Amino acid sequence: MADKKLQFAIYWAASCGGCDVAILDVNEKILDIAAAADIRLWPVAMDFKYKDVEGWADGEIDVCLFNGAVRNSEQLHLARLLRRKCKVMVAFGACACFGGIPGLANLHDRKSIFEAVYGYTASTVNPEGTTPQPHLKVPEGELTLPVFFDDVYSLSQVIPVEYYVPGCPPTPDTIMTAVTAIVTGSLPPPGATVASDKSVCHDCKRKKSDKPTIKRFHRPFEIVPDPEQCLLEQGFTCMGSASRGGCGALCPAVNMPCRGCYGPMPGSLDPGADALAAMTSILAASDDATVAAETARLLDPLGTFYRFTLPVSVLGRAPKAS
Amino acid sequence: MEPRVGVFVCHCGTNIAGVVDVARVAEAARTWANVVHAEDYKFMCSDPGQAMVKQAILRHKIDRVVVAACSPRMHEATFRKACAEAGLNPYLFEMANIREHCSWVHEDKQAATLKAIDIVRMAVAKARLLEPLETRSVKVEPKALVVGGGVAGIQAALNLANAGIKVVMVERQQSIGGRMAQLDKTFPTLDCSACILTPKMVQVAQHPNVTLYTCAEVEEVSGYVGNFDVTIRRKATYVDPDVCTACGICLEKCPKKTTSEFEEGLTTRKAVYRLFPQAVPGKPVVDRESCTYFVNGKCKVCERFCEPKAFRWDDTDKVVHERVGAILVATGYDLYDASALGQWGYGRFPDVITGIEFERLNNATGPTGGRILKKDGTEPKSVAILHCVGSRDRNYKEYCSRVCCMYSLKFAHLLREKTAATVWNFYIDMRCFGKGYEEFYNRLLHEGVKFVRGKAAYVTDQPANDDEKGRLVVSAEATTLGEVLRVPVDMVILASAVTPQPDAPAVARRFGMSLSPDGFFMEKHPKLEPFSTATDGVYLAGACQGPKDIPDAVAHGAAAASTAMALISRGEVEVEAATAQVTEGACSGCKVCQDICPYAAIGFDGPKKVATINPSLCKGCGTCVATCPSSAIVGRHFTDQQVLAQISALFAG
Repeated sequence: MADKKLQFAIYWAASCGGCDVAILDVNEKILDIAAAADIRLWPVAMDFKYKDVEGWADGEIDVCLFNGAVRNSEQLHLARLLRRKCKVMVAFGACACFGGIPGLANLHDRKSIFEAVYGYTASTVNPEGTTPQPHLKVPEGELTLPVFFDDVYSLSQVIPVEYYVPGCPPTPDTIMTAVTAIVTGSLPPPGATVASDKSVCHDCKRKKSDKPTIKRFHRPFEIVPDPEQCLLEQGFTCMGSASRGGCGALCPAVNMPCRGCYGPMPGSLDPGADALAAMTSILAASDDATVAAETARLLDPLGTFYRFTLPVSVLGRAPKAS
Repeated sequence: MEPRVGVFVCHCGTNIAGVVDVARVAEAARTWANVVHAEDYKFMCSDPGQAMVKQAILRHKIDRVVVAACSPRMHEATFRKACAEAGLNPYLFEMANIREHCSWVHEDKQAATLKAIDIVRMAVAKARLLEPLETRSVKVEPKALVVGGGVAGIQAALNLANAGIKVVMVERQQSIGGRMAQLDKTFPTLDCSACILTPKMVQVAQHPNVTLYTCAEVEEVSGYVGNFDVTIRRKATYVDPDVCTACGICLEKCPKKTTSEFEEGLTTRKAVYRLFPQAVPGKPVVDRESCTYFVNGKCKVCERFCEPKAFRWDDTDKVVHERVGAILVATGYDLYDASALGQWGYGRFPDVITGIEFERLNNATGPTGGRILKKDGTEPKSVAILHCVGSRDRNYKEYCSRVCCMYSLKFAHLLREKTAATVWNFYIDMRCFGKGYEEFYNRLLHEGVKFVRGKAAYVTDQPANDDEKGRLVVSAEATTLGEVLRVPVDMVILASAVTPQPDAPAVARRFGMSLSPDGFFMEKHPKLEPFSTATDGVYLAGACQGPKDIPDAVAHGAAAASTAMALISRGEVEVEAATAQVTEGACSGCKVCQDICPYAAIGFDGPKKVATINPSLCKGCGTCVATCPSSAIVGRHFTDQQVLAQISALFAG
């Protein structure tokens, strides 16, 4: 590999673009990456056409960093195409790894989402009821739009994936660890996640009591947190104990409860259930009425506990309307 | 190596085979992956049945055994032992419950057979993934703790002590004796309660193998079967028992009176007191709450008259640590607060009294010197005894309190003997089930007592005619007559329900016990082990497990003692191997598991910052496994993989 530069592809699917920006967050080290690798595809930064990718030989690209979830026909097509063209496929960021925030669309289906977006969200102004059409004839020919799916998928649910780089987005340290491993050829066994095997709590400096209890659930804006004490014990729905570390516990360090973007712990079947079981187990309530009152303060438990992981959880999605 | 599973399907006579086609279950099992042998037999738990398992293990080189029979609570131990005898690790055995979970609850034979096949397929799926586990033995400390000094606790302590086992007895009050000490006569023999109890009280206190702590409570229990560490708080009594001669002069001279709990508030006691004249130990203690010196800062009259100078005003609570192998909980019962039962007038009408108050009225050492008197000092001309006050009533306690019928009959007898009063018993059913009880009832039928089969609805002082003026009127439907009676009386005795002690939930937590729906401590098995709890080494004696009369409480105490004795004389005990285990690499020290363990088995390794589980304490209940947010605790013998395999097998059918 020393005499030939590595061939990189960076692609985005159902994502916000944050993962692409995160790559730039490595600052001047981006120059090291550029020195070691040719970036052959990076739609967010440069202009590429489908035919560029289609023109590559199978396996021509060494590594693809694929960010975003897969939720429409175009994303699925590109995922499959890139899989063929790339030797190593890396699910990059929480959406590619677990479905991420777009994965919460699994609470609904394609039809209800479509109706909401073009019909009645608070910011929708559409008096004529104009909606996008999948096909449009123009003088030059027919234009088509990709087809949305009912489900949002993580990358490994649609193609085989070698490595996982979690985070929303992955921190610069995590990115450099992954890139360095690729460049130096010191990759872990396939299937590995480039992050810690311990939870966020392990890296969190906050003080934990011997018998943690939650007296009342709070949302971050409701009270000013004590800067020293464990956020979970202060009643914040901190996902730290149920989430893979490797981020350096950045959020709790600045009074923000962990949102769980590095995904489930190794061996976890369902990170949302893990966190929910833990938090309700230590809720200091001795009677049913208190339990009901306090858990009623847990607003949007599904969006809280499965914020990044709904598509890969045991739940997977809400039951379909049919 | 691929596992080799053997499946054995039990007929359990017709218990299973009457509903489930057992041969078809075995036949289905033969078609599954890894099942190398399957057969059915009439009684798998019998000696020939067990021999079949052992032979098949050797003949077919089986290394995973599934027996489809009854609940593992019945025979898991039997088959584990059979496996071990054939050289197989006992944890490579899995039980499929096709009796309680299937044949006993279904009538449709076809569907029940299909369900039994599902259940067995799930067990096989788990069995494939079973891993051998090693059991361990721990030494048993040859000492027992008895909590509560009522008659059940006394009997238990005496049996243990007489067997040469050291006993620590802890009693919350100043004296042992418990409820029985408050009673006057006992049914049906009418012998004097104190006369038969006090010799036992003295025996236990003087026994060389017994250490008695009164005015003391168990504060904390840690450890496990055979090795409990118990923290006992001995409250300050302000009297040095080694110096005090129990002369009793302080009891005379103390100027401060307060309500007597032993006399149920019917009279007073002094601020320095013994619970009752025959109290054991007999040395008085100072009640700090009411003592004038502690309230106002001066008095100490008692000290001036105390010749041996036994008062210690700077006395403080002492904490004692004891290590014991077994714990016998004999914390007794309480009585339903009759003032919460407004319709019967307790608290509103002075001459509506409770049964235990009547016991004291009738007692020679009681507030009236044993004379049955109304509050105005006159003898009642008629008395109503109301059964089932708070018992057998969905609004209060659903259960039968078991002793009320008999003591109500006893009260009726005593009233007829001591007074000229007309006596009425208002009852739902007469429950006279013990030895000599029915005979006692028959005797009472000939003593001129009026029995009304009907529960009293209310007691009122509002007269409906001249005869009722100034009297208490009991209203009840006489169900045998089919009419509503109004009976004017001078005194009403309420047979209030026997209830769990108010602090039973806290005590249950302290000793790792649970409560049954009625609030009493839960026994391990309602029929076969009513004296054991789900926590090994913790036993139940007496009415803390449920209402009991004296002979039952004594028998229960003796049974608990003999079970504890068996444990202690065995000298060592095997502890469960299917425990939870922390994967240190995954544990991030969030401590969420610390307080949720019902058996206090989880500790924390400070330097490593990881949770630790004491395998001797762990019961393998799985609470921490489910709670651990980091998936860092494995429930051995019930791993995620094993449970998931069972679920997958269920849906693979």
